[in-house]
Amino acid sequence: MLFSTYQSGGNYDEMFTTEGECRDHYVAFKTALENIPKKKLYRLQHSTDKAQMAMGMTFNVYHDQEGLEKILHLDIVPRIISGSEWKKLEIGLEQRICALNLFLQDIYNDRKILKDGIVPKELILSSKDYLEPLVGFTPPKSIWCHITGTDLVRDQKGNFYVLEDNLRCPSGVSYLLESREIVKRAFPELFNKLGVRPVSDYPIKLLNMLQSLTGKERPTVGLLTPGVYNSAYFEHSYLAQQMGVELVTGADLLVQDKKVYMQTTKNLQQVDVLYRRVDDTFLDPLTFNPASMLGVPGLFDAYKAGNIALANAPGTGVADDKAVYSYVPQIIKYYLDQDPILENVPTYLCEQQDHRQYVLDNIHDLVVKETNAAGGYGMLIGPKSTKQDHARFRDLIKNNPRNYIAQPTLSLSTVPTISDENIEPRHVDLRPYILYGDKIEVLPGALTRVALVKGSLVVNSSQGGGSKDTWVLYD
Amino acid sequence: MLSRVADSIYWLGRYLERAENYARFIDVNYNLMLDLPPGMDEQWEPLIAVTGDLENYKNRYTQSDRKNAIYFLAFDEENPNSLLSSITRARENARVVRENLTKETWEKLNEVYLQAKQGYKAKIWKMDDPRGFFIHIKYSIQLLYGIADNSVARTEGWYFNKLGHYLERADKTSRVLDVKYHILLPSPEEVGSPLDYLHWMALLKSVSGFNTYRRAYGKIVPNGVVEFLMLDKYFPRSIFFCLTEAEECLYKISGYSGKGYSNSTEKLMGKLRSRLEYADVNEIIKDGLHEYIDELQAKINDISNSVHDNFFLIKDNFIQQQTIEE
Repeated sequence: MLFSTYQSGGNYDEMFTTEGECRDHYVAFKTALENIPKKKLYRLQHSTDKAQMAMGMTFNVYHDQEGLEKILHLDIVPRIISGSEWKKLEIGLEQRICALNLFLQDIYNDRKILKDGIVPKELILSSKDYLEPLVGFTPPKSIWCHITGTDLVRDQKGNFYVLEDNLRCPSGVSYLLESREIVKRAFPELFNKLGVRPVSDYPIKLLNMLQSLTGKERPTVGLLTPGVYNSAYFEHSYLAQQMGVELVTGADLLVQDKKVYMQTTKNLQQVDVLYRRVDDTFLDPLTFNPASMLGVPGLFDAYKAGNIALANAPGTGVADDKAVYSYVPQIIKYYLDQDPILENVPTYLCEQQDHRQYVLDNIHDLVVKETNAAGGYGMLIGPKSTKQDHARFRDLIKNNPRNYIAQPTLSLSTVPTISDENIEPRHVDLRPYILYGDKIEVLPGALTRVALVKGSLVVNSSQGGGSKDTWVLYD
Repeated sequence: MLSRVADSIYWLGRYLERAENYARFIDVNYNLMLDLPPGMDEQWEPLIAVTGDLENYKNRYTQSDRKNAIYFLAFDEENPNSLLSSITRARENARVVRENLTKETWEKLNEVYLQAKQGYKAKIWKMDDPRGFFIHIKYSIQLLYGIADNSVARTEGWYFNKLGHYLERADKTSRVLDVKYHILLPSPEEVGSPLDYLHWMALLKSVSGFNTYRRAYGKIVPNGVVEFLMLDKYFPRSIFFCLTEAEECLYKISGYSGKGYSNSTEKLMGKLRSRLEYADVNEIIKDGLHEYIDELQAKINDISNSVHDNFFLIKDNFIQQQTIEE
C-alpha cells in the first residue's frame, strides 16, 4: 500500500494523525490515490515537470543561457484544508489585514498608537521602511495594503501561527494559479468529487480591486515590473496577461503635469492605476533612491496629487518589519478591540535588553532573522547551525540589535510528498493571498511551499523549496 | 500599444519567419544534394552565402561540409541568425511581451524553443539524415501561425507582427533567388542541363512554390522562376506579394486610407512596392539579377530602420523627461 511505510515522525501531519489515522477531509483523496498504480503516479509527476517547463513557469535570473531558468518544482500531492478550518483562517486574516491597514493609516497621520505608547515610537520612526515623504498622506479609500501574502505555519499541535505578513510585493500567486491548472490535469476526476473551491477568478478580483482605486469608469491599469531579468518576471507578465492590462517598465512611463503617461506607438496615454512590483525606494528617483533606473521620475508627485493610484501603497513595508510584527496582537486589540484570531509566533526583539540576553543565551534553540530581509536570506536556524554560526550571529546581534528578532524553532507540519522512491512527509508552510479593495477577500487557496529535502525546514524557493497545490474544500 | 511592446512583437515576427526559413532551406538543400550525380561534391557554401553570414562562417570554419554547415546554420550560438538563435530571440521577445500574447501562442512557441534545444542536445548535425528534425520545426512554427491566425485579434499588435513577418519573408525570398548566383555549375555549358533544372527546382521547393509554379508556368525556365518568386501577385512568398501585405500592415497601423502615404515608412514602402509592380523580369535579368537583388535587400533594410524610427524609438521629449535632474 502506498502509505504503509509513511511515518510522520512526531510532527503534525496534514493527512494523518499521530495514530496513523487518515484525517476525515483527506479520506476520499487517499482512496483515489491508492487506486492509482505507483508507476502512473510517478508518470504524472514527471509530466507535471514537463508541463511546467512548457508553460514557461520559471523563476530565477535569466541571462539568455540555458540552466538559469528554473522551474519551481511542483509536487502533485496536494495539501487539503477542510472548509471549517479555512473559515477560521479567513476571518483571522481579515481581522489582521484590517488592523494593519488602520495601523498604517494611523502611523502616517495621527500617530495615536505611538502617542498611547502601545507601539514604541522609535521602533516605527527608526524603521528604514517608514517613508517620511508619506507623512500626512492618505491613499485612495484609506487603503494601504491592497495585496497581502501572509505566511502561516502549523505547530506540533496543529495550531496555525502567523510567521510574517508580506505587505510589500508578495510573490507566488501565479504559481498557485498555474499549479492548479496542472494538478487539474493530473487528477481531473477529483475536483468535483471532493468539492475543491476554485481559484481561477483571482485575476478578475485583482483587476476589480485595482480599478476600484480610481473614480474613473474605465481606468487604465498597468503592472509596473523591474523587467525581464527580475526573478518574479514570470509572475508579472502572467498577471498582466490574465488581467489584460499593460505590463510596463519605468522606461515606458513618464510624468507630465503630475500625470503618468505611457509611451505608445501613437501618442502618450494616461495611466490611472499601477500595480507596482518595484520596491518603494526604487519607484521615483526624484523622491527616493536617485540612482534607481527602475522607476519613473515624478511618479511620487503624481501619486500625492491623486492622479495615480499605487498598489500596494508606498510605505506599507514598515508594517511587515519583523520587529513590528511582534506587536500585531496589540495592534489588533488597539484598533478593533478584539483578541487576535490567529496567533503570532512568540518573538524576541533583540533591541530589548531582556529579550536580547535570552536570545544570546539560547541562540542554539532559536531561529534568528533580520527584521527586513526576505527569501530565507540573513537568517540562522539555531539547532541546525554550527558553533561558529552561533558566535557570528551573537556578534551581529550585539552590533545592531534593532536589526534582529528571534523565534523558537517550530516543527512545521508535514504533507505527504513524492520523493525519489516513495511518498514521504515533508515540511510545509502556507501563504494565502488577501485582496483589499471595496472589501477584504481571502483567495480560497494558497501557495503551499514545501521543503523538498528530508527533515529540512526551509521552504523558500530561493533555498531549494518546492510547491504544492492547496485545496480548500467547500465544507 | 506601448512602443517597446510593438518593437518586440515586430521582431518576434521576423525571428520566427527567419527560423522557419532556415529549417526549410536546410531540408531542401539536403534533398538537392541527394540528387547530385556521383562524384560531385556537396555544395553547402552557397546556402551559407545566401544567409549573409558567409564571412562569419569562414572566419571560424575551414571546411564547408554538411556537418559544419548544418551546425552553423541551425545551432551555432555564435551565429546570431542560426535557427536556434532565431528561435531563442523570438522566444525572448515573446517573453518580454507575453502579456500581449495568448496563452496558446506562448506555450507553443516555448515548445518550439524546447524542441530546438533538444535538437542541439541530440547533435542533429551529426546524424546521417537530419531532415525529420527540420521538418518538425517547420511544421511547429506553421502550427503557431495557424493558432495565431485563429485566435489573435486584428489590432495594432497583429499588424506589427505581420509587418516583421512579411519584411523578413521578402528578404529571405530574395536571398533564395540569389542562391542561384552562388551555386556553381561545373561548366558554363551546363546551363539548361538537368543539373541546372535541379537547382531551379530546389529553389522553388525551398519556398514551397514548386507545385504552384508548375501550374502557373509549366516549364522550368530561369525567367519564369525569377518572375514567379519576385513579381507574382498571388504567391504568398513572392517578394511583391510580401511587400504588398507589409504595406497593408503599415496602413492598418497608421489608420490611413492607403492612397499615397502618411509617414516616411509608408513612403519608402510605396516606392519599393510600385517599383516591383511595374518591373519587367527580362529587364531585371538583363541589368543583372544579383545586383538588382542586392539593391532590393538594402531597400528592405531601409524600410525596417524606418519602422524603428517612426514607431519604436523613444521620442525626444520623452528622453528629456527621463533624464531630468540626473
